[in-house]
Amino acid sequence: MDAATLHPVHHEAHETGVMRWLTTTNHKDIGTLYLWFSLAMFLFAGSLAMLIRAELFQPGLQFLQPAVFNQLTAMHGLLMIFGAIMPAFVGFANWQVPLMIGAPDMAFPRLNNWSFWLLPAAACLLLASFFVPGGAMAAGWTLYPPLFIQGGIAYDMTILAIHILGISSILGAINIITTILNLRAPGMTLMKMPLFVWTWLITAFLLVAVMPILASVVTMLLTDRHFGTHFFDAAGGGDPVMFQHIFWFFGHPEVYIMILPAFGIVSTIIPTFARKPLFGYVSMVYAVASIAILSFMVWAHHMFTTGMPAAGQLFFMYSTMLIAVPTGVKVFNWVATLWRGSISFETPMLFALAVVFLFTIGGFSGLVLAMVPVDIQLQDTYYVVAHFHYVLFSGAAMSIMAAIYYWLPKWTGHMYDERLGKLHFWLTTIAFNITFFPMHFLGLAGMPRRIPDYALQFAGFNMMASIGAFVLGASQLIFLYTVVKCIRGGAPAGDKPWDGATTLEWTLPSPAPYHSFATPPVLDEEPVHDHT
Amino acid sequence: MTTPDAYYLPPPSRWPLVGSLALLLLAAGFVMMLAKLNAGPYVMAAGGAMLIAMIAGWFGTVIRENQAGKLAGQMDVSFRWGMIWFIFSEVMFFAGFFGALFYARNLAVPGLAEAQLIWPGYAGGWPTAGPGLKENFTPMAAWGIPAVNTLILLSSGATVTWAHWGLKKNRRWQTVFGLVLTLALGAIFLALQAHEYLEAAFSIRTGIYGATFFMLTGFHGLHVTLGAIILTVILGRVLAGHFRTDDHFGFEAASWYWHFVDVVWLLLFVFVYWL
Amino acid sequence: MIAPTLGALGAMAGLAINLPPPATGIATEIYELHTLVLWICAGIFVVVFVPMFYALWRHRKARGHVAAGFHGNTRLEVVWTVIPMLILVGMAWPATRVVLAMKNVGGSDLTIKVTGHQWKWEYEYLDDGPRFVSNLATPREQIDNGQPKSDHYLLEVDKPLVVPTGRKVRLVFTATDVIHSWWVPAIGVKQDAIPGFIREAWFQVDQAGVFRGQCAELCGVGHAFMPIVVEAVPPERFAAWKTEQATATAIAAAAGKEFSLAELKTRGEQVYTTNCAVCHQPTGVGIAGTFPPLDRSPVATGAKAAHLDRVFHGKPGTAMQAFGPQLSDLDIAAVITYERNSWHNQAGDQLQPAEVAALRK
Repeated sequence: MDAATLHPVHHEAHETGVMRWLTTTNHKDIGTLYLWFSLAMFLFAGSLAMLIRAELFQPGLQFLQPAVFNQLTAMHGLLMIFGAIMPAFVGFANWQVPLMIGAPDMAFPRLNNWSFWLLPAAACLLLASFFVPGGAMAAGWTLYPPLFIQGGIAYDMTILAIHILGISSILGAINIITTILNLRAPGMTLMKMPLFVWTWLITAFLLVAVMPILASVVTMLLTDRHFGTHFFDAAGGGDPVMFQHIFWFFGHPEVYIMILPAFGIVSTIIPTFARKPLFGYVSMVYAVASIAILSFMVWAHHMFTTGMPAAGQLFFMYSTMLIAVPTGVKVFNWVATLWRGSISFETPMLFALAVVFLFTIGGFSGLVLAMVPVDIQLQDTYYVVAHFHYVLFSGAAMSIMAAIYYWLPKWTGHMYDERLGKLHFWLTTIAFNITFFPMHFLGLAGMPRRIPDYALQFAGFNMMASIGAFVLGASQLIFLYTVVKCIRGGAPAGDKPWDGATTLEWTLPSPAPYHSFATPPVLDEEPVHDHT
Repeated sequence: MTTPDAYYLPPPSRWPLVGSLALLLLAAGFVMMLAKLNAGPYVMAAGGAMLIAMIAGWFGTVIRENQAGKLAGQMDVSFRWGMIWFIFSEVMFFAGFFGALFYARNLAVPGLAEAQLIWPGYAGGWPTAGPGLKENFTPMAAWGIPAVNTLILLSSGATVTWAHWGLKKNRRWQTVFGLVLTLALGAIFLALQAHEYLEAAFSIRTGIYGATFFMLTGFHGLHVTLGAIILTVILGRVLAGHFRTDDHFGFEAASWYWHFVDVVWLLLFVFVYWL
Repeated sequence: MIAPTLGALGAMAGLAINLPPPATGIATEIYELHTLVLWICAGIFVVVFVPMFYALWRHRKARGHVAAGFHGNTRLEVVWTVIPMLILVGMAWPATRVVLAMKNVGGSDLTIKVTGHQWKWEYEYLDDGPRFVSNLATPREQIDNGQPKSDHYLLEVDKPLVVPTGRKVRLVFTATDVIHSWWVPAIGVKQDAIPGFIREAWFQVDQAGVFRGQCAELCGVGHAFMPIVVEAVPPERFAAWKTEQATATAIAAAAGKEFSLAELKTRGEQVYTTNCAVCHQPTGVGIAGTFPPLDRSPVATGAKAAHLDRVFHGKPGTAMQAFGPQLSDLDIAAVITYERNSWHNQAGDQLQPAEVAALRK
């Protein structure tokens, strides 16, 4: 089918200027909004990290008081998770899911707009909370009571921001599930869907399942703070540890919400640049599904030091170790996809390969942490900080970068600057490792996390980590510049700049027309994942 | 280009934006109220008014689109999926509070009873206001009003289904009567709940028992209220002749929601009142 | 590539890159378990990434390699599902053994109650032993970079926890305000102290020595400043130490002595620096919105009894804890006198230990 049939004359013209973005019901516009919002939050929360690393450059309190330091660590985590990583993945879902399944748009376009515009509302509350008396929330992104109960106005603002973020995520997830279940082009059976769509289907399910749990537990925090309930107060028969159980029942699936779409991205990019179909498509789908199911059974591994009975510790240790099996299957499948391919190293591929390599390091440290006795030593240390940055930065954030470079040509019609992309890649990867690898050593040697000042034996690696962090932060400005440059111009991308790509979006012109697949595309007989 | 069967893509809309601003105002006003600023309630009221306007405007638009025949076919299936997952998310919200109840009863309270070093003489057991409050209170008995309420709510589930049969068989009086009956039963339920709240020999401050009792039943009550409002709108639409025997998902969605509220009550009755 | 290099460089520079040398049996087992898991991970790492990098080099498009078409191999997929399972069982077995050993608190020789407060640890030897609060000993000037930092910067306390060697020590944990976590790496114990609940752990140190650790659970602004020092001494010295503590307590209790304003202020300043300055700041100005100032405050300039009441009983629902159970009569009297007669506060009055003692009856 040619470009003209894919670009129907549309009946409703969209509004212009700022009203276009405020009122849009177009999945591409909304995807773009999500991605810009995410980038803004990424840079802001990243600059909080720069302040944290500046304070930790040397022992002693240099220029941040502990109260401010604690606000920075808490808000860095909260904003990166809910402001940067999750919205970025939803942005990709918005742009790509309809294109990849041949749908005209998302199932509920107006609701889609609301899901996005709730985010700035929540961000207003969170950013404003820095300026209220007492400063921002400083109890860590995990919000543990009773510390959380002691806080000031900012803590209430955080609770309500989380409620709004939760509404946004739930509505967004319902939209994505419905789109995938109901709007696939004829002939695209579930087992023919691109893996990115599969990972998002399961991610969206996790979101609908656990965001309400988070909403319920922060509601309990609110009533404990202001309305006299005793959910987390022992004197009234409550238990601070109960918060942790409910929170992590949300929190562990949340971890996979932030990594499953990354798996989908890597599973899309590697076959493209290996010019070879994804190895083990079916086992990939089963692996993602089993990871999602297991994610509901491992939550208490975040709480081994709270002192649960041996039976509890053992159950959660075994179930956590079990997750290594499907995760291993995914990594093996990626390596087997590369094997005897015809591999080239454009920027998206470099990022995707780095994700495989570095995420696996994060997976291994996760396995180390799953062992209860070892976790007893490492819980709440910099080892954990290293672990989740290997998973969330070199897993989630770097896969987001990979996806941006991969799909920018389709979205803008221009090729990005490959030289700048590669520069961004190498600086990011090297600086990331200099920043976070030493943190494993710091944690093993006994440095707790969330402290503004530390003992002298930790000075060497902290200085190294801080230097790495400054380079890592500065490198992201190259990213911003490269993206903006690509949007403003560049070599024409053509419909299909990547010769190995097989998914439906590459049958559309670049930039993708404002409305696409108004009539569903016709699929080949063979499964999408099965091109040879 | 568009054929009658093509998936309906709505034009740009301002309602989502209004909704976001409304929630921002509601949240900001609530925070101000908690911080004891005088403007708080006014900001909240403004946000609440905006939210009501948004809900009315948005759903009004959807109803008009539906009446214009734009939401049939594939779109109808989308609405079904959407409603199913929305109800699932509500189930999970309650699951959080039920989780708190089970945890408190089976792990937290026994743990406190073991901590004799801190709470000498505390025996645990349920119901309890905790070892530090030393409050004596009479818990809510199951086999009085709550049991009656269970019957009422279960009957209301039956009446709404009966109304649905009426709709399918094009017996309008049955639909209208069934809905009115359902709403009446819902109102009686809420009135009895309110009575029970007023008569309660304990409060939300009565330790973990009071907290779980009032939060669970309170949120359930809110959902009954919401369900009743939805059913009222549906009744209006029935009277306005919006539904056909083969096309009335609005009605079905409302009844699904009502059944969900019903099931939650059953669980409440068993775990909060009875056991 | 970068990673092992960093580790090697760090090790060469004398930086610690591993768990500290273990001082207890459990810590030794944890150390060995970690080493085992690390080697298994390293092995899998090689098995996975050697083929990957080989493919990246050998099967490059730039070398003219043409892609094969295969996309599955059931036998291979079964193999790499089953083998990891077996490896996991091999890891879970020793881990389970250590977990069960860690939980075995029975047959202990002495029990110590550890209570976490914002931001210090309180120790009480439950078998008729002493009870005291252990505070950070690093002077504020070192933290603010006004003085060179001592060797054990932030890991030194005024009164360490003293335990006998060769004895099984059972610890019971709780906290009064927020969750803290008692952690001494060399001993292999990290246990959260949860307000209102009791948790248990145990350890046995066989060689005399000093072991340092710190709070591991975020507990507010002083989280970095509540270290733990455990001093393991031979049983005879431990007995002597206990007697010493008992005598000191008796003397302090018997002292009905009157103190001068100057004496009280001097002692009060020390007590203030250790217990109050983290929140209310050394200059008494507090932190706006979080911790109220004492300088010119109604409490510190108002009635003496109300001031004593606030310090003694604390303010529920805030970080202001009840100091009555934590500090001696003299210390409470001294710190209140200091607060009433410092900065801009010129109450001019003073509080004697006897007045505090009266409150305890």
